[in-house]
Amino acid sequence: MALVQRIPAPLTPAAATRMLVLRNYVVYRGAWKLFVTGFLEPVFYLFSIGIGVGRLIDTFEFHGEAIPYAEFVAPAMLATSAFNGALLDSTYNVFFKLKYEKLYDQMLATPLSTGDIARGEIAWGLMRGSVYSAAFLVVMALMGLTHSWWAVLALPATVLIAFAFSAVCMAVTTWMKSWQDFDKIQLAQMPLFLFSATFFPIEAFGDGALRWIVEATPLYRGVVLCRELTTGVVTWESAISVVYLVAMGIAGLAVVRRRLDALLLT
Amino acid sequence: MISARGLRKSFGDFEAVKGIDVEVRRGEAFGFLGPNGAGKSSTMRMIASVSPVSGGQLRILGMDPATDGPAIRGRLGVCPQEDTLDNELNVFDNLYIYGRYFGIDRATCRERAQELLEFAQITDKAKAKVEDLSGGMKRRLTIARSLINRPEVLLLDEPTTGLDPQARHVLWDQLFRLKQAGVTLVITTHYMDEAEQLCDRLVVMDKGLIAAEGSPRELIDAHSTREVAELRFGVGEHEALAGKVEDLGERVEVLPDRLLVYSDHGEDVVTAVLERGLHPLATLVRRSTLEDVFLRLTGRSLAD
Repeated sequence: MALVQRIPAPLTPAAATRMLVLRNYVVYRGAWKLFVTGFLEPVFYLFSIGIGVGRLIDTFEFHGEAIPYAEFVAPAMLATSAFNGALLDSTYNVFFKLKYEKLYDQMLATPLSTGDIARGEIAWGLMRGSVYSAAFLVVMALMGLTHSWWAVLALPATVLIAFAFSAVCMAVTTWMKSWQDFDKIQLAQMPLFLFSATFFPIEAFGDGALRWIVEATPLYRGVVLCRELTTGVVTWESAISVVYLVAMGIAGLAVVRRRLDALLLT
Repeated sequence: MISARGLRKSFGDFEAVKGIDVEVRRGEAFGFLGPNGAGKSSTMRMIASVSPVSGGQLRILGMDPATDGPAIRGRLGVCPQEDTLDNELNVFDNLYIYGRYFGIDRATCRERAQELLEFAQITDKAKAKVEDLSGGMKRRLTIARSLINRPEVLLLDEPTTGLDPQARHVLWDQLFRLKQAGVTLVITTHYMDEAEQLCDRLVVMDKGLIAAEGSPRELIDAHSTREVAELRFGVGEHEALAGKVEDLGERVEVLPDRLLVYSDHGEDVVTAVLERGLHPLATLVRRSTLEDVFLRLTGRSLAD
């Protein structure tokens, strides 16, 4: 074996991120069925609750406009699909790779840095969430549940949701000690899904502190953003949501990186 | 290639490496020997540029791992103690994807992965899952993977632990070939035969410090005698008889089942023992090995 001193240029952060995405893509290439369940869940909710329960409800008021119930629920499910997709990879899978597979230790024997790993894994979670959302958006369009060209912007909105959750969930996962700790994630996931104005309007919480709390939760910001875009009733609330989600994602990314430094570079 | 001055590593209050000086030259095979907990792995991790140095100076390929970690790692090959392969990828992709992390282009990666499958003698397993490989195959794949970037320095942490004798010899052959090709090898091991086989130079580490340094031959000359006479008496007699043979060698060691008399002339020791009217049940004269040096320097009690 000849010793060739041809050292490739170190990867740029963007290229390094792509390599991690490539790795995950190669792993899932043969297992696309695992992807389908994550997509189907919000679709089932849309059919059972949005359409099924929706028949019992005439119309709904959103920002003063009357809309059918299905059109109210569908954008919430769109945001949820991004949320679910991001959550799957950035919690269970990251934990497995970090604690059992020692995958990141392997990567750190190469020129990759903890920052590359954080960006790469979050990018992958973001992409998985976005793919679910894109598919769901197509379903919505086919069912006539989108009512404005604003709906096109719902796709980047879901990318943003997936980014924010992917980053924060991965950050939280770095503190997990055992699989039992994941019960806590479920404990957070369920109420977020049910109470983020997904199935009923925010006004149901009254005008008290509870409403303020819900308005400050991330999935609610995602839901309201998607809903404004797909119904075409866009207000300043969308801008707040965008800023909120971007800040959440960047903060999560920074925490992940510092945590990986603390855990792996000992 | 690697130079350490007063290198230290501490974890909280515990000092794993307490100030060591090491110099590894281009093209040599350098060994770190020592019992468990001696600080070998901590030292290796610092050299691999994944563990920040707590004190002293460390230069690898002339660079500082604190600031040039990625650049150093791009020119190192790391074969960790446990086979940390990517179990979610098949055998070929383990090599291919790993190579891509180094920024090596697709075509070159594919070509080298193919070459390394042959090197590791697992070409027919290219599409197999990692978990279906035997222990020896996994080890060879791990080593093959660490060569994907054609490293100038290859770090091997306990390379043959857990392998059967056949697999060990195959591995030794491969490591020897790499050395011939000019790759600098840095090896940790607690197998003395492995160190004697592979290392040009080595250091014996104990409790975070370097206890001795030199080639295997030099270490034997410096810390042991040329030969060892092993005398086996009845159970329980050894302690009492030690005093009677003490003057025959440079040193006598009492073990539960035999006495070891260290002397440059083992046969003379045995003759003298018989002349004194002592009748060992069995005698054996052998050359001193690195193992004698190792046990002398690091003691016979368990480290952990």
